[in-house]
This record gives sequence, C-alpha cells and structure tokens, in this order.
Amino acid sequence: MRPFDYVRATDAAGASNAAQAANAAFIAGGTNLLDLMKLEVMAPEKLVDISRMGLDQVEEQGRDLRIGATVTNSDLAADLRVRARWPVLSRALLAGASGQLRNKATTGGNLLQRTRCPYFYDTDTPCNKRQPGEGCSALGGETRNHAILGTSAECIALHPSDMAVALRALDARVEVRVPDGAVTEHELGDFHRQPGDRPDRETVLNQGDLITSVLLPAPAGDRQVYRKVRDRASYAFALVSVAAVLRVEEGRIAHAAIGFGGLGTVPWRDPSVDELLTGERPTTALFDKAADLLLQGAETHGGDDFKPPLARRVLRAVLEEATA
Amino acid sequence: MSLDLKLDGRSEDRFGTMAQGLLGTPADRPEGVLKVTGAATYAAENLPENCAFGMLVRAPGQGKVTAVNADEVRAMPGVLAVIRDERMIRNAAQGTANEAPVQGVDHAEYVGQPVAVVVAESFEQARHAAQSLKITTEGSPGPVDPDAVEPEGEPTRTGDLDSAMKDAVHALDLTYTTPSHSSTPMEPHAAIAEWDGDRVSVRASLQMLKYNRNELADCLGISAENVRIQSPFVGGGFGSKLGITAEAVSAAIAARELGRPVRVVQHRRQAFETVTRRSETTQRIRLAADAEGRLSGLGHEALVSNLPGETFAEPVTQASAFAYAGAHRVIGERLARLHRPAAGSVRAPGEAVGVTAFECAMDELAVKTGLDPVELRRRNIPDKDPSSGKPFSSHMLAAALDDGAGRFGWSDRAPEPRSRREGEWWIGSGMAAAFRVNIMMEAEARIDLTPDGAVVETDMTDLGTGTYAILTQIAGEALGLPAESVTVRLGDTDFPPGSGSGGSWGSATTGNAVWLAALDLRRQIAARLDCDEAELTLRDGQATCGNVTRALAEVLGGDDLRGHGHITAGDAFEDVVQSTFGAHFAEVAVSDVTGEVRVRRMLGSFAAGRILNEKTARSQCHGGMTWGIGMALTEELTHDRRDGHMVNRDLAEYHVAVNADVPPLEVHFLEELDPWSGPMQSKGLGELGICGAGAAVLNAVYHACGVRIRDMPATPDKVLAGLE
Ligand SMILES: Cc1cc2nc3c(=O)[nH]c(=O)nc-3n(C[C@H](O)[C@H](O)[C@H](O)COP(=O)(O)OP(=O)(O)OC[C@H]3O[C@@H](n4cnc5c(N)ncnc54)[C@H](O)[C@@H]3O)c2cc1C
Ligand code: SF4
Repeated sequence: MRPFDYVRATDAAGASNAAQAANAAFIAGGTNLLDLMKLEVMAPEKLVDISRMGLDQVEEQGRDLRIGATVTNSDLAADLRVRARWPVLSRALLAGASGQLRNKATTGGNLLQRTRCPYFYDTDTPCNKRQPGEGCSALGGETRNHAILGTSAECIALHPSDMAVALRALDARVEVRVPDGAVTEHELGDFHRQPGDRPDRETVLNQGDLITSVLLPAPAGDRQVYRKVRDRASYAFALVSVAAVLRVEEGRIAHAAIGFGGLGTVPWRDPSVDELLTGERPTTALFDKAADLLLQGAETHGGDDFKPPLARRVLRAVLEEATA
Repeated sequence: MSLDLKLDGRSEDRFGTMAQGLLGTPADRPEGVLKVTGAATYAAENLPENCAFGMLVRAPGQGKVTAVNADEVRAMPGVLAVIRDERMIRNAAQGTANEAPVQGVDHAEYVGQPVAVVVAESFEQARHAAQSLKITTEGSPGPVDPDAVEPEGEPTRTGDLDSAMKDAVHALDLTYTTPSHSSTPMEPHAAIAEWDGDRVSVRASLQMLKYNRNELADCLGISAENVRIQSPFVGGGFGSKLGITAEAVSAAIAARELGRPVRVVQHRRQAFETVTRRSETTQRIRLAADAEGRLSGLGHEALVSNLPGETFAEPVTQASAFAYAGAHRVIGERLARLHRPAAGSVRAPGEAVGVTAFECAMDELAVKTGLDPVELRRRNIPDKDPSSGKPFSSHMLAAALDDGAGRFGWSDRAPEPRSRREGEWWIGSGMAAAFRVNIMMEAEARIDLTPDGAVVETDMTDLGTGTYAILTQIAGEALGLPAESVTVRLGDTDFPPGSGSGGSWGSATTGNAVWLAALDLRRQIAARLDCDEAELTLRDGQATCGNVTRALAEVLGGDDLRGHGHITAGDAFEDVVQSTFGAHFAEVAVSDVTGEVRVRRMLGSFAAGRILNEKTARSQCHGGMTWGIGMALTEELTHDRRDGHMVNRDLAEYHVAVNADVPPLEVHFLEELDPWSGPMQSKGLGELGICGAGAAVLNAVYHACGVRIRDMPATPDKVLAGLE
C-alpha cells in the first residue's frame, strides 16, 4: 500500500472539492478499495471519506425510493419498504458477500466494485484493465469466473455485483454530483461501460464525480425473483444470477425486466429479451427463445463454457417461478 | 531420572482404575477463555521494543533472479534493508525433515518463490517497499503440467491383478482426480526473531518445534543449542506449519543483519505459495470382484507431483494397502517432478484424498454388484493385513458401519438413484468407510509436583485442537488432581521435546509421555508411602494406600517432585497394523436446475481407542467432516496452465466450506481400548474425520441424481453436465 492522505468530508461540496486532485478516490465501506490498495492494484494518493456526510438515508419520494449512496447493503436489504415492494433487491443484496462485509459495503461502493478477475488482482501478471495495452492474462488462462457477454479482445472481466443486477431489472437511476456542483442522473443501463479497448474505464464517472444516491422508481412488476448460482452456499460470487421483475395480466406477461449476473462485463440486461417476453403467454418454448436471444452473442473461453447452459436453465426456472 | 518406555507389545490399561474421573470427560479447554478474550497472544502479537518489519518478495516467473531496482528500494522511506540471502528457503520444510529444505534466492524454481525480504521501520513501509522491488527472471521454465512429464516410481505389485480383472465377474477400472488443496489455517504464518549474541529466539507459528529448531539451525548454519522457538498458541496449521517456514528463516536472517528484532508475517497470498500445498492427484482404481462382491484384487495407483528436491509424495494409497481384502494388488504412487509450488502434508496426507476416491469406487462397485454399499464393505473386511499378512491391533470397521448405519437410518434407503425428489431437488444418501493409519512418534514431557499442584512442560504445540485440555486431563487423572490444580505449558523448545502436532499423533504420543512422567511421580509418591505404585490411589489431592490416606502436600513434606517421561514406538508398531476406523453417512439435495449440491445431514461413527476428551474429540471430527464437504464440493486450488502459478490464492476465491455449506454434523464414538497403541490405549483421532467424508457426500450425490462425479470438487457445472 502506498502512503496516502486521508480527508473526512462533511458535505457533498467538500467531498467533490477534495476529490478533484488527480489521484484522489472516495472511500465508503472500503471493502473493495482497501483490498485493492493493499495489493497496489489501486494506489490513490488521497482518500476522501464519504461515510459520514449523511448520505445514509433511505427516503420515499412519492412512490419512488431514494437510497443514499452510503446506505449499507445490510440496512438496505432490511429496509421494510424495500422488502415489501422491491424484494428482488433485498434478496440480491442478501445473496452477496457475507454479513460482515454487507455491514460495511455501501450502495455506491457496490455499484463501483471492481472485477474479481484473479489476474486483475495479481500485479505480476499483465492486465489491460490495470494497465491498458499491457495484455490480458485471462485470455488463454483460467477463465472460470469471466464474462461471456459484452467482452472485447482486450478484456473479458466480469462485473461481480449482485445488487446491481437487481437494480437493472428495477430500472434504477444513479444520481451523480459533478465537481462544479451540477447533479446529473444516469439510467443504470448507461452508467457502466463495456470494456472495448479501454477496459480501465468502467463507468461514465469522471474524476471527482460523486454518487449521491440511487433512485428506485415504483416497481413495474410485483412478481420479483432473484436467483443466484454459486460454488458454495454463501460467500461466493455468482456463477450465474438472474433478477426478474414481472407483471402478469390475464395470463400474459405485461411487463418483463430481466437482469443477469455472472455473464456480462457490466450488470446485464438485454432489451430484446424483455421485449420478447412482453405480451406473451408464459411457456417453456418462450423462455427458451428468451435464452436463445440472450446468449446469441455469447463468447466463452474454456473455463466458462458451462455458463450458457447454466444461464438457460436458471432463466427458465426463474421465469417459471415468476409466472406461476 | 526419566521413565522411558519403548512400545514393543501390548500395554496394560492403567486409566481404567484411576479415581479422579477427569480423563474422557468433555472438559473445557483451560486456555479457552484466553483465546476468546484475545488474551492468548499469537506469533505476530508480541512485538518487542525496536522491532523492524520484513515483507517477503516473490518471483514472478521461473529462472535466474535479478532484483532490478534494489538500490532505489533501499532509499525508500523507512527501508532498512533489502536482503537476498542464499540461506533463505525455497519453500517450507517437509514435516519431520529435521534439516533445512532447499535454499537459495538466485534461481526461482516456481512462480511465487520468495527471493527477497525487505525490512523497514513499519509494516506499511516494508510492504510498500517490497511491492516496489522489481524482480525479473530469465531462463527456460521447467514443466508445470503433470501429464507432460515422465513420473518417477512404480507401484507395488502382488499377484496378478490383470488376470484377476479378466476373470472377475465384476470389474471396474476408474480414474478419479482431485485438485491441489491448501491448508489455509486462520492464523497467518508469522515470526518474530531476536538475537542475543549468537543465540536466536523466534516466536513463531509452527507445529513441531523440536524439528523446527534443527531445521532453523541448519538453515542458518548455527548449532541447535543456539536456537529457541516458542509457539505457545497456534491458530491452526493443517500441515502448513509442520516444517520451518520462509518467514521464520528470513526473520532470523534479517534480525541478525540489522542487529534488532524483526517480524515477518506472510500475506495470505504469499502463504498459499510458499507453504506446501496438497498435490493434485490422478488416481486409477481397479476393482475385481466375484458375483458376491468379494474382491479378488484391487489396484490403486496415483500420480502426484512435487518440486525437484522434495522427498514427499502425497501417500494417496496409504490406507488401500490394508483397507480391503483381495489377493491380487497393484498399489502405489508415481511422482511427477513439476515446477508448481512445493507439495507436502495437508490435513490427513494420503487418506484424505486416497480413501475418498477409493470409497467412491467402492460405491460404484456396490451399484455394479447390486449390493448394499454397507454390505459390500462388510464382505471385504480382511482378517489380517492383506499386504503384509500382519494382524491388526484392532479392527473396528464392522462396528462403525453397523453403528453408523443404525443411527443414520440407512435401512430406510431405497437403493435406486433418483428415488426421491422434493420440488426441484433430488434427495439421496451415501456412505463411505474411514481409515487412517495410527502413528506413534517419540516424545518427552516432565511434570513438577508441588503442594500447589502439577506443572506439565513439553514443547508440544496446541493448534486449537485441545492439547492443553487433554494433557491437563491426563496429568490430573494420573496424579489425582482436579483440572484447576494442573498447569500445562507448551510450545517452547526450552521444555522437553514432545512429538509436535501432525499426523494425528500428538495426543497419543505426547499424552503417553505425560502419563509416563506422572507414573514416575506416582512411583516416587508410592515409595514415600512405602507401598506399591499399583496399589496407590490418588484423588482430589489425597493419596491412599491400603487403609492409609494422606494429603499429597503432606506426602511431599516440603519437597518438590519432578517426573520425567519418554516414549518411543517399538515393535508394537511393526508387529501389528494399527489404524483407526469409521463410517460416514451423508444426505444431500441436488438441484435439478443448477446442479448445486446442499448437504442436509451428515453422521460419522468413529473408533480411535480411548477417547480422551469427548468435546475436543468431537470438534476434531466436526472439522474433518467439514473439510470433507469442502473437498467433495468446493475446494480447488487452480494452477495457471501456462506457468503453474496459483491463480485463486485468497480466501474469497479458494473455497473452503463455509457455515452455510455445513449441516448439523452428528459424531459418535465407539468404545474401544487398543492395548497395542500404548498405555493410554488411545489412537490418533484428529484426521480420521476427513478420511472418506467427501466420498459419502459424492456417493450421496450419485444416489440423489444419478450423476457420478470423478473429478473433484463437484461444482455445479460438473453436476449439471451430468444432468443435461
Ligand atoms: C470476500 C468478498 C466477497 C464478496 N462477495 C460479493 C458477492 O457475492 N456479491 C456482491 O455483489 N459483492 C460481493 N463483494 C463485494 C462487495 O459487495 C463490495 O466490496 C462492496 O459493495 C463495495 O462497497 P464499499 O462501500 O465497501 O466500497 P469501497 O471499497 O469503499 O469503494 C469501492 C469503489 O467505489 C468508489 N466509491 C464508493 N462510493 C462512492 C461514491 N458514493 N461515489 C463515487 N465513488 C464511490 C471508491 O472510490 C472505490 O473505487 C464481496 C467482497 C469481498 C471482499
Ligand atoms: S480479463 Fe480484464 S481484468 Fe482480467 S486480466 Fe484480462 S484485462 Fe485484466
């Protein structure tokens, strides 16, 4: 770990100001950032602590919910409003990490957590995400937990979040305060960037941009399911996960929004899958067609060859459950 | 004076007639409160004044090593030294090596080899400086793929297995594979070294101090008298702390060079690489059986790997030599010399993976013959060791099978796979036998008896296993003292050399040395009472002989007595085959959608001679069964196919079983005294619980859903491939 300065921000303006320095980073729960700093995968010269600026509230705004950026994963999962109306989010959160980590991990930090690609963590192996142009060690190596959707020739790293998968299916928006004080909103679907030839640039954020909250619109579907497949019963990242938010009217799917984890370089959602399902009667054939659409562009790398068939099965099971 | 005993035959049971009633009870650990309140200090925690901090640096490749920017790093803030000393070790020593392992920093033989230690005023400075030291390697790398090299060694052949296979009514020829495993103890590998003149003291986290002392002395090129090692508390070892480790050697070298104490703690990612892993195994198992399922022959051949220069080859087939009858046999290991991190003992070396694969094969034979798996095993229990013809000291497999099957409710099981389904989950059950050789080492212990009680001293270690508790119980029982009057002091090479902890031999070996020390005292007490030691009853601080009872303090009459015991294995471990036995039963659920496996319940019946402490014994078995679940379902150390380095070297990605993977575990002990095992009639139990446990789980997976996993662990993708 490199020596760094530490500043505790008390408000958003102060935080933004403090974080404008070229190599400053916000620290929230620190559960991802500190690990990466210890390994010198990330080496900010200045940490701006945003955990004590009052961004830890969950507030109702009409039928919507505003979730402060530093609300912990534990608190959000336990929130009675979330459990009642956005249960898919609560389940996704509880399927992630461990109790201890969820007590520290925050909403903003979870969205911005970095990949678990083992080569990214290993500074002795080349990695385009750490150092663009250096090469990708995963290609030709061990690829069990890599992405099969949205990859590029430069990087196949998976976005590991569970929470973000549910948020995608819930049409969440991310509220960002930029250093000049302006506040912008991004659809979560536009927030993360696929690797392309710049795998180091993972979101639309620029230096000093602060996530202040995540906005959750009133749920468009009351049938909500989160299902995560993993290598052990707890405390493991998703091999495949599916978040479904559906509304069924008169035997037909009136609304479908499906998020996917374990598959994409970003929290995944495929509009063509949602469109296919919408307006249709639920059948196994339909679900299989949805899987075909989802996986048509998938590229596997050996270690992750199991993902397409697994995703197909999980998608079918989740849709069966949500439409039952 | 010392009471020496070499075990050449049966021993008399002396504990059956003792009066204190302490041994065998589920006594609490005397050091338990210290541990849960944080008062028990582990190796890294006793910082001396003026301590400097060292951090190891790894080689990023194989070949000739160059530290490119050492001078720059030396100039970094706080940095005291960048040390690349030829006495630094390539990897941890093997258990009981008693001499230095391969040393040197000029040539890296595997990716991850420690090739420098950077020392600084603070831990953070040392770590940053170590990360800044740029190491390059050049030269052509050695092989890392087990299939790419010609292995050494040949199995032992008895009779003609090929013909037996041809003539058999039922013949199976199967291959199982297990990946590398890591010990992953909770406490990191840590050492603090401090010199006083030519004498070095090291606070370390090590399992076998009398060997570690000689190993460290040999590494440093000094005499063992000048080395003191202390490890009073060890937060788990599982084999990774058996031999001297890289941090202890480099701390000693650095402390000497700097003339001040130095602490070196290995990062979890470093420990994965520098301590010994369990080798991956490829196991070919052949079974030749008649129509009744009686084996006429069996083969168990294993391919394992290790670095050049290492003597250890994972003894995969150790138990197959005596487990089942069958005249025609091919048994043994082949060793591939690979440039992966060194392999060595990890949690029940040999049986953990060997019994597990073999018991899976036995399950396949049960299916093939149509016999109940329990019955198949019962039919093949040999009446003497089929490899050597020697008798067994005791044989408890049949009893364990019956006990376990009865308690588990095995007879209710429908034999066909896919017999039971709940929603998307297939439910099934499986079983396996457990075997683990019983090993006796050499140990010494002493007891000082004063009016205040007894103080037991030996350099034996407690890895969280309960050594403090059972040695307290043994001494208290033999001397008629309540637990509160016995103090056990461990983990210091200034004390008499115990056996160290490893191979499940700790309590039986060092426990017998403590018993002998107590016997020495009993004789001295008896002499003072003018009676025969065998007539002496000691209880609650009172000594009774015939109809005379006197307080022990009074018998001491102001003197402090010292007893010394020394035990060695003799012909009792040559003339008969000694093993512990058990039977595992497991019920699992397998998702028909995802291939995920959940263990729903697990039960083990175990026989290991006298059980010294119900509670710590049970905990050991719980631990073993939990590791068994991990071996069956989750644990896999992945080597990069290109350079052999360990890819998933942290606890987020190296999946040991977590609480949610472990259902209620039921453990039962069979009553047994094994006179061949020594005066305590007790055999090593620590590792028995893991042996075969994973097979019960995998056999249950097969019974649940009809998918046979021969490539461990049974992760969802592999099960799914079978379900598709
Ligand atoms: C062992 C382990 C297992 C895990 N398992 C799972 C799992 O199964 N599923 C899962 O989803 N997650 C898992 N996680 C990841 C965990 O969810 C993340 O580490 C956590 O959510 C990060 O939140 P944090 O507040 O600690 O972020 P930090 O570590 O504090 O920050 C992460 C990044 O976000 C930036 N940042 C934080 N807040 C803001 C903000 N408001 N605005 C701008 N930038 C910000 C920081 O600068 C940093 O770059 C696991 C983590 C570990 C260590
Ligand atoms: S997949 Fe991406 S993160 Fe992983 S090594 Fe390649 S470039 Fe780096």
